Amino acid sequence: MEFKDYYNILGIKRDATQDDIKRAYRKLARKYHPDVSKEPDAENRFKEIGEAYEVLKDPEKRAAYDQLGCSWKSGQEFQPPPGWNQGFEFHGGGFTQADASKFSNFFEALFGSRFTANRKNRDYGFNVRGEDTHAKIFINLEDAYHGATRAITLQHTEIGSDGRPQIKERTLNVRIPKGIRQGQLIRLVGQGSPGVGQSRAGDLYLEVAFQPHPFYKVEGKDVFLELPVTPWEAALGTTIKAPTPAGIVDLKIPPGSQSGRKLRLKERGIPGHPPGDLYIILQIILPSADSEQARMLYREMEQKLAFNPRARLGV
Amino acid sequence: MTINHDAIDGIIVEDDMEFSFGELSHICAVNAEWIISLVEEGILEPMNITSKQWRFSGACLRRVQVIQRLQKDLGVNLAGAALALQLLEEVEILRTRLSIIKSSDIG
Repeated sequence: MEFKDYYNILGIKRDATQDDIKRAYRKLARKYHPDVSKEPDAENRFKEIGEAYEVLKDPEKRAAYDQLGCSWKSGQEFQPPPGWNQGFEFHGGGFTQADASKFSNFFEALFGSRFTANRKNRDYGFNVRGEDTHAKIFINLEDAYHGATRAITLQHTEIGSDGRPQIKERTLNVRIPKGIRQGQLIRLVGQGSPGVGQSRAGDLYLEVAFQPHPFYKVEGKDVFLELPVTPWEAALGTTIKAPTPAGIVDLKIPPGSQSGRKLRLKERGIPGHPPGDLYIILQIILPSADSEQARMLYREMEQKLAFNPRARLGV
Repeated sequence: MTINHDAIDGIIVEDDMEFSFGELSHICAVNAEWIISLVEEGILEPMNITSKQWRFSGACLRRVQVIQRLQKDLGVNLAGAALALQLLEEVEILRTRLSIIKSSDIG
């Protein structure tokens, strides 16, 4: 198990006051909150920050943690010293908000799993529909066009026979409906937590995120593509091949097109009622003047075309 | 695509679902009063606000969940969470636009 430097995680000194700790935590929590941040590891950072705060905000746990001394480095292989924690008595109440089952092994080794052991173990004594659960799923843009079947592996904690929470894994095959968009939720009926007694299981909700695509960008139902064209294709107009998530199409470039011109391919965005549009943004690429032939052609244009792109600027 | 007969059909919440008052509060595990406060704050709009039996569009679910998480994790009040949600939605659009502009710069 790796040592976790909770002070370092919150970016504070070991002698920080409780107010400093709270301020540092609040700032980082706002920055890395998974609903706010788009950084790929935001969720892990947020959990780590929460775990660090859980320990340092509580003077009892902080004192216990400080007992380990300050010679440990983050990520170093760690075993709690024998008899550690014996002299401490932790008072309940500090765990009312945080879901400690999500904390690291390091946390559990120091503070035990007893804080978490009675979650989901409530005995209702009557029939209650199972809890609805939530998870995230990453899909490709093409999946939204065609629909797809994806295997998703979910982890959840279960209370084992020894009373300690254990991580269990299960894999589901999910049929992703055509027309799904970034940020939407997919509901899987009956795949949440089991019901109690005769009652049915809860539902599982998957929040959909698209893997970033190398050339398509997505805004709602609409899809954008930068399409490189030659100066003569743009100037004279022509028909060229263009990729779309649904396959290659013939695209008509109107004569006199400038770089940045947006061409709309109606209803070729993400399918739906109504479907989105596909926007192709032309990007004129100049051939490089790296041969005598090319330089000659550019010079010929210079001489024969009376063209001043800066006329509007008065120069 | 592999054909898998065991696959579970996903339903798009935003497009294909509606919720009653009770369903929404059950899914989000919150009490009805809290949902009412979201409506009063203008965060949620029932599709039939004049009726006694409120129905909510599928898109409401995610809004409720984001508000819940912001409140629980960051300690903001309802008005603050509503403002954050609105700004996040704007930022999301701007981020997409920016990524479109950026990709043309690199090319």
